[in-house]
Amino acid sequence: MAAPGYVTLGERMSVALAWLFQGITQSPAYRWLRKRGMRGRALVVAVPSLWLLLFFVVPFLIVLKISFAETAYSVPPYTPLIDWSGEQVLALKLYLSNYAFLLEDPLYFNAYVNSVKVAAISTILCLLIGYPMAYGIARASPAWRNVLLMMIILPFWTSFLLRVYAWIGMLRTDGVINDILLFIGIIDQPLVMLQTDIAVYIGIVYSYLPFMVLPLYANLEKMDLTLLEAAADLGSRPAKAFLRITLPLSLPGIIAGCMLVFIPAVGEFVIPALLGGPDSLMIGRVLWDEFFANRDWPVASAVAIAMLLLLVVPIMIFQYMQGRQMAAHR
Amino acid sequence: MPTLTSPQQQKKNPQPQKQRIEPWSDPHAEPYLRIERITKKFGDFTAVDDVTLKVYKGEIFCLLGGSGSGKTTLLRVLAGFEEPTAGSVFIDGQDMTGIPPYERPVNMMFQSYALFPHMSVEKNVAFGLQQEGLPRAEISQRVAEMLEIVKMTPYARRKPHQLSGGQRQRVALARSLVKRPKLLLLDEPLGALDRKLREHTQFELVNIQEQLGVTFVVVTHDQEEAMTLASRIGVMNHGKIVQVGTPSEIYEYPNSRFVADFIGSVNMFEGRLVEDEPDYVRIASEELGGTFYIDHGVSSAPGATVWVALRPEKIAISRERSSENVDNAVPGVIKEIAYMGDMSIYLVRLPAGKTVRVTQPNVIRHAENRLTWDEEVWLHWHPSSAVVVTQ
Repeated sequence: MAAPGYVTLGERMSVALAWLFQGITQSPAYRWLRKRGMRGRALVVAVPSLWLLLFFVVPFLIVLKISFAETAYSVPPYTPLIDWSGEQVLALKLYLSNYAFLLEDPLYFNAYVNSVKVAAISTILCLLIGYPMAYGIARASPAWRNVLLMMIILPFWTSFLLRVYAWIGMLRTDGVINDILLFIGIIDQPLVMLQTDIAVYIGIVYSYLPFMVLPLYANLEKMDLTLLEAAADLGSRPAKAFLRITLPLSLPGIIAGCMLVFIPAVGEFVIPALLGGPDSLMIGRVLWDEFFANRDWPVASAVAIAMLLLLVVPIMIFQYMQGRQMAAHR
Repeated sequence: MPTLTSPQQQKKNPQPQKQRIEPWSDPHAEPYLRIERITKKFGDFTAVDDVTLKVYKGEIFCLLGGSGSGKTTLLRVLAGFEEPTAGSVFIDGQDMTGIPPYERPVNMMFQSYALFPHMSVEKNVAFGLQQEGLPRAEISQRVAEMLEIVKMTPYARRKPHQLSGGQRQRVALARSLVKRPKLLLLDEPLGALDRKLREHTQFELVNIQEQLGVTFVVVTHDQEEAMTLASRIGVMNHGKIVQVGTPSEIYEYPNSRFVADFIGSVNMFEGRLVEDEPDYVRIASEELGGTFYIDHGVSSAPGATVWVALRPEKIAISRERSSENVDNAVPGVIKEIAYMGDMSIYLVRLPAGKTVRVTQPNVIRHAENRLTWDEEVWLHWHPSSAVVVTQ
């Protein structure tokens, strides 16, 4: 296909990669590691492991440490974990009072429950809206598919914060939506939408919908359509074929999309803060208030740790399900 | 054993199952599948071009053609996946126009098998029966029966990805047969199997078909597969059916250069009709460097350009000119020999420059004094062996 003498980009890249690989494998550092049993595979795993250690495990341990401290008028505003109290005594003080406080004060429990509720309802709404969208895109002609996918991704090019602010302008009593409804004459009193739970749901569903659509699309797009023909051939009407074939086969996509929406939605702070009312209490806002209003770092840390544990459970379920799916389709 | 023919239909067709029947040669026989002037266009492209076909009950009818010949499109029209641009399909006298695939008395075995990956073998086979809303007990009984027939009972609980290619093929067959369709459509049924398994499965498929009496329409590009499976073959080219006939008719009496060339290998000579008598013809061919003597008449004008098709196995090869077949003999030089075990292939160069392919069975194990490269030989054949095609 390519004329002689003409080198394609792909060929150039493979040459460059081969050259790079050769450079690495012949470097003294690589030989040194190799002699000590470190193989290429171990190196590949080592880089992300190091990244996770530095930017996840270490900060997590710091937060964990703070959650066992007590507030103090100092910089930083909490007591140290390990204390040299003189007289050859090294004291390790773990204050469990922060966690006890979380259990005592119903505010935190309510905030957790409310966060999970809001996240769960938003996730279901995202699924109900996102599934038909993903299905439509996956079944569209290839030219249309790219346009539609682009439209899903396009909002990411604008700041998330700006987009949430824009919703304030839409939902206000003198906002765009009320103006239009009043103009048409459907309502004669402006609707109160801002600073209600509805506004929070609208904000979360709007912001997280692409995270539902994209994994679902990826799943539905690679589905073998002859399976649907086979179902039709065996006497199954299209609606039934959808329920018995398409839906079960898209389960991995549904789970992935739900996790991608649910997990960040639980800890969401910006949307309830900007669109929600004083009673739409979510754990992200409580966390913010503890850190920046109360300046109670230890309690805030305890809230964060509790939230993390709350979210680790669904993530582990997700991982387990995915592992099973992978094993099933090998 | 489930019988797939209702008593009413049996009355119409009183012959016993096993006996080889040839309903296509009986002008009064009622075709079971009637394809009438079907045309299917995709935009400007005509995939199926005005095809008319009759398939009779209990037949294995093979649609044979290269890729892009329209055979798969025709099959999909029968299944109801494609609506024909023109024409209609009748199955057992019923017009299928506008009937969606899920309401047709037809099942299909897909080339990729299209087994549902999330269901076990059992559930895959049961799927079609569940759609009919049959009672649970009957479904499980019929599924068990069908798995018994295809010898997949021990694998009933497995998922498709835990099966080998041959086992998947059996499950696909069971799934498409369990609904007792009037017509079973098979799209390259053996295409995904390796050679050894294919031969074995071919005979098994014929056995199951005879056992159940279902009418099969098979699409294939593999002429060997068509030859062993089919009661009749329809050869397709560019969306048209170019010849319909039994395997031996298609092989021995091809009606065109395309068919002669497509089925098996053939030596094709261009020539001119020089003597045209009712009981014999002579055809002069420059490529042959002589004339063919053929012991049957040809319906073509004298002087017309015709082609003579000569199968490699119909040509005898020897060092001396034979005293038989004096009318059909040419000298040549062996240029290439391929030893295939059961037979040998010789490529012989004629004085006129054309290379002729000759195959000879290796009857004797240690033949001494075998023919060898660059030897001068004579080729000769019986006057009835060559076929004249005019198009």
